[in-house]
Amino acid sequence: MSMIFGVPLAVLAGQLLIGVINGAFYALLSLGLAVIFGLLKIINFAHGAMYMLGAMSTVILFDSLGVNYWVALFLAPLLVGAVGVVIEYFLLRRIAGQDHIYSLLLTFGVALLLGGVLTNIYGVSGLRYAMPDVFQGGMKLGFMFLPYYRLWVIVMALLVCFGTWFMIEKTKLGAYLRAGTEDSQLMQGFGINVPLLISLTYGFGVMLAAFAGVLAAPIYSVTPVMGSHILITVFAVVVIGGMGSIGGAIITGILMGVIEGLTKTFYPPASSAVIFLVMVVVLMFRPSGLFGKEA
Amino acid sequence: MTQPVNQTEIQKAILEQQSADNRKKMILNGVLLLLLLAAPFAMYPVFLMKILCFALFAVAFNLLFGFTGLLSFGHAAFLAAGGYTTGYLLSNFSGLTTELGIIAGTVAATVLGLGFALLSIRRQGIYFAMVTLALSQLVFFFLVQSEFTGGEDGMHGIPRGHLFGLVDLSDNYNLYYFVLAVFLGCYLLVQRIVSSPYGQVLKAIKQNEPRAISLGYNVNRYKVLAFVISAALAGLAGSLKSVVFQLASLNDAHWHMSGEVILMTLVGGMGTLLGPVVGATFVVNIEYQLSQGPLRDWVDPILGGIFVITVLAFRSGIVGEIQKFVKKNLG
Repeated sequence: MSMIFGVPLAVLAGQLLIGVINGAFYALLSLGLAVIFGLLKIINFAHGAMYMLGAMSTVILFDSLGVNYWVALFLAPLLVGAVGVVIEYFLLRRIAGQDHIYSLLLTFGVALLLGGVLTNIYGVSGLRYAMPDVFQGGMKLGFMFLPYYRLWVIVMALLVCFGTWFMIEKTKLGAYLRAGTEDSQLMQGFGINVPLLISLTYGFGVMLAAFAGVLAAPIYSVTPVMGSHILITVFAVVVIGGMGSIGGAIITGILMGVIEGLTKTFYPPASSAVIFLVMVVVLMFRPSGLFGKEA
Repeated sequence: MTQPVNQTEIQKAILEQQSADNRKKMILNGVLLLLLLAAPFAMYPVFLMKILCFALFAVAFNLLFGFTGLLSFGHAAFLAAGGYTTGYLLSNFSGLTTELGIIAGTVAATVLGLGFALLSIRRQGIYFAMVTLALSQLVFFFLVQSEFTGGEDGMHGIPRGHLFGLVDLSDNYNLYYFVLAVFLGCYLLVQRIVSSPYGQVLKAIKQNEPRAISLGYNVNRYKVLAFVISAALAGLAGSLKSVVFQLASLNDAHWHMSGEVILMTLVGGMGTLLGPVVGATFVVNIEYQLSQGPLRDWVDPILGGIFVITVLAFRSGIVGEIQKFVKKNLG
């Protein structure tokens, strides 16, 4: 067995793979945060709760209605997206124009509420979700074993990330979104329904989180608190990447996942803290983040 | 009613009005003080001390959030830094008197606060909140991984010891009056800070930072100092708490705690002196009442609901709304 810095290659490769997968989740989640932040200037503290809702609804839909994975892949994000639109319409819209801090606090309250209610109903021990049969097994790459489902997660996450980037940066709808960010009043003057655009944007950002939740359901333990754990890490990822760019959110997400995986291989005790340490270093030398535009 | 006719009479009338206001305030404060002194004979002292510790925590947080306009989402780190330091020292050095342990805890939180401040001050608004949250998570991981903190279990059986080596603090009444004295001292300190020229600059920064900069104030230095003072007082609250309950747990460092202190300040009334005290009393009581009843598992969602309602419907909080009401109807 070949060794790299005293670590077997297979172990290193395995940890790197886990890192890339975690990174794919970070990327999807920070992308959703970036989209919501871009148009609404809201830090969506309920993002973790939406990710959790995506995973929970996948399991619940299967257990109660027998909805399979492929349907859930579309249905769960749509349901959660609808929840997001409701939250935007009935709650966030009422404090539009107030200090942005209030929207952060409001979504924090929503996260507490959702997490608490689901904890009471389903407990914190975690629901089990069987992996679809197609994904059983994996392929041998010589130096490591690659489970099919992990491959699927990486491919899907990258596809969705790229699709979102393409939609926002290259299409007409994306141009509207970006214009709405610049000057929403002028946009309204051009006859574009900005409030609707805002609702849909929030819904879409939340759908990205829920989609990540569905992808996570077969491999992570599905609990009502799964969102709050990952959310703070994603916040750190966002600070490292800088909120300015969509592409930055994606690249930073995957990069941080890999760094976390490497740390787990070479110095395990620091693995849960390493992203936060990177954040500290980035803040010292580039306060606006790696890809941030603002001064 | 005589109409004041010239300048001196108007001034006199204003002065009289002010001294009447002051007299009212002093009477009110006197009554409150008497109530606080008598409280342990009517209620369980440990419960009262819990309220006082959280009230101090919220007062500290409010100095930063309410008066300077900086939302820290990482204040749990200071509460824990104070609590764990004091707990560790009092448990391992039996010669140490309690007040020295508490001072050491406060110093630890102060140093940590300086580190947080220097890093987070580079970002503003919601970024500031995210940076402080992430930094406090770092502290949380440190406390989980370290040996001396007891990891997941936290610290138990921290001795209360003797104040100045003389007063036995294992007696709940002695401890209560000690905690009360510390709390009142800190409250008056914050009151003094807020009304000082320095406090005025903080308020100016909150209202319009670019303007404060253009007036020549070194805004970042003011912010860092406010952050450090706030962290120190939060650490002091944590130190007191670990002495009162004789334990330091990971709950103190968890970001839920950072959220809770925001809730206390917001519900009570941010930017008012009494608000955080009222808010802490309210939240601690609600948590206690709920934990006794059939809704014991619903504390989190209910707090979340209160959060949502407060942000949507009354952002000035209990004290803020009362002040508004008084101004409108009686002023």
